[in-house]
Amino acid sequence: MRTYIITKLLHAVGVALVISFVSFFLLFYTADPASTLLPENADDADIAEFEKQFGLDRPMLVQYGDFLAKVVFQGDFGSSWVAKVLVGDLIGVALWPTLKLAIAAQIIAAVLAIPLGIIAAIRRYSLVDNVTTFLVLVGQAMPLFWLGIVLIIIFGVWLKWLPVSGSDTFAHLILPAITLGSFILPLNMRLVRSGMLEVLSQDYIRTARAKGVEEGRVLMKHAFRNAAIPLVTVTGVQFGALLGGAVVTETVFSWPGLGRLAIESIQVGDFPVVQAIVLIFGAFTILANLAADIGSAWIDPRIRFD
Amino acid sequence: MAETPILEVTGLKTHFHTPEGVVRAVDGVDFTLMPGRTLGILGESGSGKSVTALSVMRLVADPPGRIVDGRIMFEGRDLLALSPAEMRKIRGGEISMIFQEPMTSLNPVYTLGDQIAEVFQIHEGMNREQAWAGATDMLEQVGIPNPESRVDDYPHQFSGGMRQRAMIAMAIACRSRLLIADEPTTALDVTIQAQILDLLLKLQEDMGMAMMLITHDLGVIAETSDDVVVMYAGEVVERLGIDTLFDDPRHPYTRGLLNSIPRLGEKFTRGKQPLEEIPGTVPNLIDYDPGCPFAARCGQAMARCHTERPPLFKLNPAHYSKCWLSEADAEGRAGVAAAG
Ligand SMILES: Nc1ncnc2c1ncn2[C@@H]1O[C@H](COP(=O)(O)OP(=O)(O)OP(=O)(O)O)[C@@H](O)[C@H]1O
Ligand SMILES: [Mg+2]
Repeated sequence: MRTYIITKLLHAVGVALVISFVSFFLLFYTADPASTLLPENADDADIAEFEKQFGLDRPMLVQYGDFLAKVVFQGDFGSSWVAKVLVGDLIGVALWPTLKLAIAAQIIAAVLAIPLGIIAAIRRYSLVDNVTTFLVLVGQAMPLFWLGIVLIIIFGVWLKWLPVSGSDTFAHLILPAITLGSFILPLNMRLVRSGMLEVLSQDYIRTARAKGVEEGRVLMKHAFRNAAIPLVTVTGVQFGALLGGAVVTETVFSWPGLGRLAIESIQVGDFPVVQAIVLIFGAFTILANLAADIGSAWIDPRIRFD
Repeated sequence: MAETPILEVTGLKTHFHTPEGVVRAVDGVDFTLMPGRTLGILGESGSGKSVTALSVMRLVADPPGRIVDGRIMFEGRDLLALSPAEMRKIRGGEISMIFQEPMTSLNPVYTLGDQIAEVFQIHEGMNREQAWAGATDMLEQVGIPNPESRVDDYPHQFSGGMRQRAMIAMAIACRSRLLIADEPTTALDVTIQAQILDLLLKLQEDMGMAMMLITHDLGVIAETSDDVVVMYAGEVVERLGIDTLFDDPRHPYTRGLLNSIPRLGEKFTRGKQPLEEIPGTVPNLIDYDPGCPFAARCGQAMARCHTERPPLFKLNPAHYSKCWLSEADAEGRAGVAAAG
């Protein structure tokens, strides 16, 4: 198990390096910070002066090496070109709201997907199964921003039950979390349903019943733990998609997280902030995958003892 | 007979409702098993042996399966009339079952100890510690080396033979009085097969349990069974004692099975001998044919066999045959007194 985790960690470091390089490379050749940030009437001398100030006149690899060294050895992501503060400070403020949103969405999705998926599996083609299958289809077809806006109109504008922007109280979290949760709910539910259907036809389930195990325990102890293995793996893999969904959700609900910060920074061409957020999202995705790997190894001894 | 049977199955019919039609997987099965004895159930693939066994356990998947008719009496209790909770107490406590596939019959994410201990917790109300001690003890009884450490291992760390031993440990943990073994050795290497059979026989003797042993291996039947039921296309076609099986089988299908095995002196070779050497295949179980289901493959079929289904003729109290050829020698039909 220890070598397993160490191997995975080394692997993760490699992936993080690749992500950082690719994103740096892409931003380097697409962004044109001088024309975005300098006044329109700036002449060549102004631009040269600007590029010199931020070290943008150096070759790309040198800039990348400089950036990487500062991040790794000093935890320093540089300064924002626009806000003129440390990127680390901007991110420090926006990080927790995004995590809070992602965790709440993940909880909502799990709390609904697991029981609904199990019921749909054991009552296949029943009313519950058909209704949830229909909702899954609708959910998967519905764009995230559209759902967010519909929720805002219903609960914020018409019913006036819940606040629709900002993050001051717990009530502020509800609509964004539901929106982002319904983004991952359909896939999770289908995974639980198909996993349970497959597991319930396995020989060891028959063995459990032949021992006299009662049905609830057959489902939860003997079947669900096996059915949860793909769910855990996919939860890790889809964490990147969840962060992507967070960008949209945060924008719709003016949620002060990393996603909104990323959009704002892209709009004004604030290169260092974008670069840092891409790296952080990449790191979270890698960590989520690692957690999923460890989680499925914990559930399934066949992985653990490999 | 003074003794009451431990298991008495009468007129059992288990059908599957599929989109293609009703599959009559078990369609008229009768047999009796006395305490402490071994009943062999013999038949080709698809003849309904497993479905019969699962019906006794009431473990046929419903839907699509359903026991549509018949009675299953276990020690005088009608199993088909029990509530689900009462039936759960019987499963694993009084009747146990082991399966053909040791590789897939154990739950991959729990240790052997956990899976065996569960039986003690369910049926004997033991706490976790007692149940684990019990599980270790059972592993020892079925001949697994180092039981104290093996009890913490997972199924994938065991060979097929060792897993089947673990299944047996689970099955006998609560001293069930009836063990149903559905092809317990078919998936194993020949040498391991012999060890597992010997273990079953030894445990049966020690514990005095009755055994219903399903197989399509005549060698296994020869070595273990007291009585034999021969199944064909969901029906019992012949019931007889083990000696009669080899000396005086009457049903052409039973004879066909015996002829398909090469004889070596008095013994039969062990192993997966193909029984398919009887020409033709099992009829499909959906369309009901009024004649004898074996008629199309039977070398001795008469005109009558294609139109009229034979009843189970009683040749003597221990020998029944579902074949018109047995009519002349019969002293009656199953459940009907001799005509005199
Ligand atoms: N779930 C099911 N749905 C439909 N038909 C089924 C189902 N289970 C079993 N059957 C049918 O019932 C018949 C008897 O099957 P069974 O498993 O009892 O045969 P068997 O004698 O045990 O054969 P084998 O030696 O291959 O184990 C087969 O024709 C099979 O197709
Ligand atoms: Mg079978």
